[in-house]
Amino acid sequence: MGAAAVALLLFLTFGTLIAVALQSEGVARLSAADWAAVRFTLLQAFLSAVVSVALAIPVARGLARRQFWGRSLLITLLGAPFILPVVVAIIGLIAVFGRTGVLSDALAIFGLPPVQIYGLHGVVLAHVFFNLPLATRLFLQGWLSIPAERFRLAASLNFGPADMRRVLEYPMLRKVGPGAFMLIFLLCMTSFAVALTLGGGPKATTVELAIYQAFRFDFDLSKAALLAMVQFGLCAAIAIAAFWVTLPASMGVGLDRVTQRWDAMRTVSKISDGAFLSTAAVFLLLPLMMVVVRGAPTVLTLPGPVWASVGRSLIVAFASTVFLVVLALPIAIWSTTLKRRSVGAMVEGMGYLTIAASPLVIGTGLFIISFRYVNPASLALPVTILVNAAMSLPFALRSLVPSLLDIEQNYGRLSSSLGMSVWSKMRLVVLPRLKRPLGFSCGLSAALSMGDLGVIALFSDPSQGTLPLMIFRLMGAYRMDDAAGAALLLLLLSLSLFWLFDRGGRTNAAG
Amino acid sequence: MLQVKGLKIQQGDFALGASFDVPLGAHVAVIGPSGGGKSTLLAALAGFLPLKEGKLSFQSQSLVEKTPGERPISMVFQDNNLFPHLTVGQNVGLGLRPDLKLTEAQKTDVEGALKRVGLSGYSARKPSALSGGQIARVALARVLLQNKPLLLLDEPFAALGPALKVEMLELLKELIVDSDITLLMVSHDPDDAKRIASHVILVAEGTAHPLAEVGKIFSNPPEALKTYLG
Repeated sequence: MGAAAVALLLFLTFGTLIAVALQSEGVARLSAADWAAVRFTLLQAFLSAVVSVALAIPVARGLARRQFWGRSLLITLLGAPFILPVVVAIIGLIAVFGRTGVLSDALAIFGLPPVQIYGLHGVVLAHVFFNLPLATRLFLQGWLSIPAERFRLAASLNFGPADMRRVLEYPMLRKVGPGAFMLIFLLCMTSFAVALTLGGGPKATTVELAIYQAFRFDFDLSKAALLAMVQFGLCAAIAIAAFWVTLPASMGVGLDRVTQRWDAMRTVSKISDGAFLSTAAVFLLLPLMMVVVRGAPTVLTLPGPVWASVGRSLIVAFASTVFLVVLALPIAIWSTTLKRRSVGAMVEGMGYLTIAASPLVIGTGLFIISFRYVNPASLALPVTILVNAAMSLPFALRSLVPSLLDIEQNYGRLSSSLGMSVWSKMRLVVLPRLKRPLGFSCGLSAALSMGDLGVIALFSDPSQGTLPLMIFRLMGAYRMDDAAGAALLLLLLSLSLFWLFDRGGRTNAAG
Repeated sequence: MLQVKGLKIQQGDFALGASFDVPLGAHVAVIGPSGGGKSTLLAALAGFLPLKEGKLSFQSQSLVEKTPGERPISMVFQDNNLFPHLTVGQNVGLGLRPDLKLTEAQKTDVEGALKRVGLSGYSARKPSALSGGQIARVALARVLLQNKPLLLLDEPFAALGPALKVEMLELLKELIVDSDITLLMVSHDPDDAKRIASHVILVAEGTAHPLAEVGKIFSNPPEALKTYLG
């Protein structure tokens, strides 16, 4: 089972790559536009990572040392972009920063021209919206991992803010910073939906977007394949670079503590913390509120095709969640039961391959393999289900593997001394104790899959799209009211799916 | 008789050697300083650690090839003796059928075992609703139902207070007094040994010394035991 799951994963990542490589053979070299796409991909990822990290540091510091009303809510909110569908955020960001958005309206009062969201700065803005919270959580973890005793010691030695930074804070930032930067860089390299909605044109096309265009507009498979090779090369290079700086373990717990800081009593630092925290809160909340405000009037009167796409999206979400469990459980169990821990870690590592893999590259490969035999459009939903499951796999493994190791550590000997068979142990011990992380993983997978706008765009014909694709089409047709309504619906569905599964894992999981 | 001959266990840097015989029905306290290898010895007997060399048999049947579940051994660990998501009754029932498909008669047996350890009517509770002493009692109830000839206890009552520990030892004695169960109990407290054991095995510095009668060994302790007792 575990071996089969790993084999499927290797096929998805490397098998499709081979198909792509064969297809791209003997093609003309990269054109100037392709090189521009490579440059843009790297530039936007670099800027997004720099801005996210730079802004996250003061926000995390404020959160680490201030207790205020709504603090835990803000921390919860920082986790939300993870399951927030990209198109929903885009609709919200356009409503705030777009040509007819709140910001432009405000500028008009002072006689200033409206702002424009499309292009490089729009892409970076959206990426910061998604990754500032992630970076903030990572740095917050870093701050809270400094023992309270050190701060007490520092206070008793009468450290000023500068001493504090030099002795305690910079060492932590040097440890967390590079990992956070690389992680965000990697995520921004493969965030197709943002480029699709806010990028485009010769100046703002990413490699993934170029793959999509070669596919949909030119139907130039060789070109798409060549670009897919480029994308894979870029991701592999970044992933290898990321390997040198340890990637941070995300989704930490216990962020509800506040460190007591005697050096932060000064008014200046109070004001700066307050400014950073409230700006971040507004930046994250306002777009979401705009989705609610703009979407509410139309959400119940959405046209029929939208509802049909909701049905398809729900099917995709549930099916890919089932498939995730089928992939993740055997891999996690296999990797934790192998005698040699190093081999087990390697198996687990295979599961993380998809974090650097591009869904667009996988999609291109699957297309090349299948298009001679079947109509690709008829594969749109199955392929989306498969790829979405594979994309959620790293997160599922990250929560399942430690739990499984825990279960084995605490109850392995007891189970074997009672003479339990493999299946009895599975049924009576492992699955009941795995309920929580499994529910969490399923919730994550369902929400991610529900909101995915990636491989589906490559395959689907207009009448068979999912809800995110439908929203993208509505935006393209300038039907922004319907798009906002559909986005609100998608937001509610994604959050409910996550909540349902996560909740299911928590109930009756006592002890 | 439990026969341990030329046993060698290697765990990283730590090595343990053991050779001893335990007669049927003996109650043995395994004592010695921490880090000396007491728990390692028990884990090896139970089948959790591979033997580097040596022979291990019970009633002339070799145990070496047998999995922990196949060995004629029931075991109580230091902690994690109960599955927290299963009820008390289910935890005890595992001693009869590890797949928990219990017949009505077996369910009655579970109730009976709980009654013997003084926990009548606790069957439907979850372990989180029990005290430390009650948890130990549930573990003993399961041991009763497992009904294996060898009982290994790895400091099972170490987390309990002194009075409660004595109470549990008395209960244990009472439960096995009429049976021919062979008991091996790890403890770091010599008083435990005097209270419950007929024999003592001293484990120190990677060696398990041969069986000694409890009266003799404490009245005339060998050098290693003297060092340990201080």
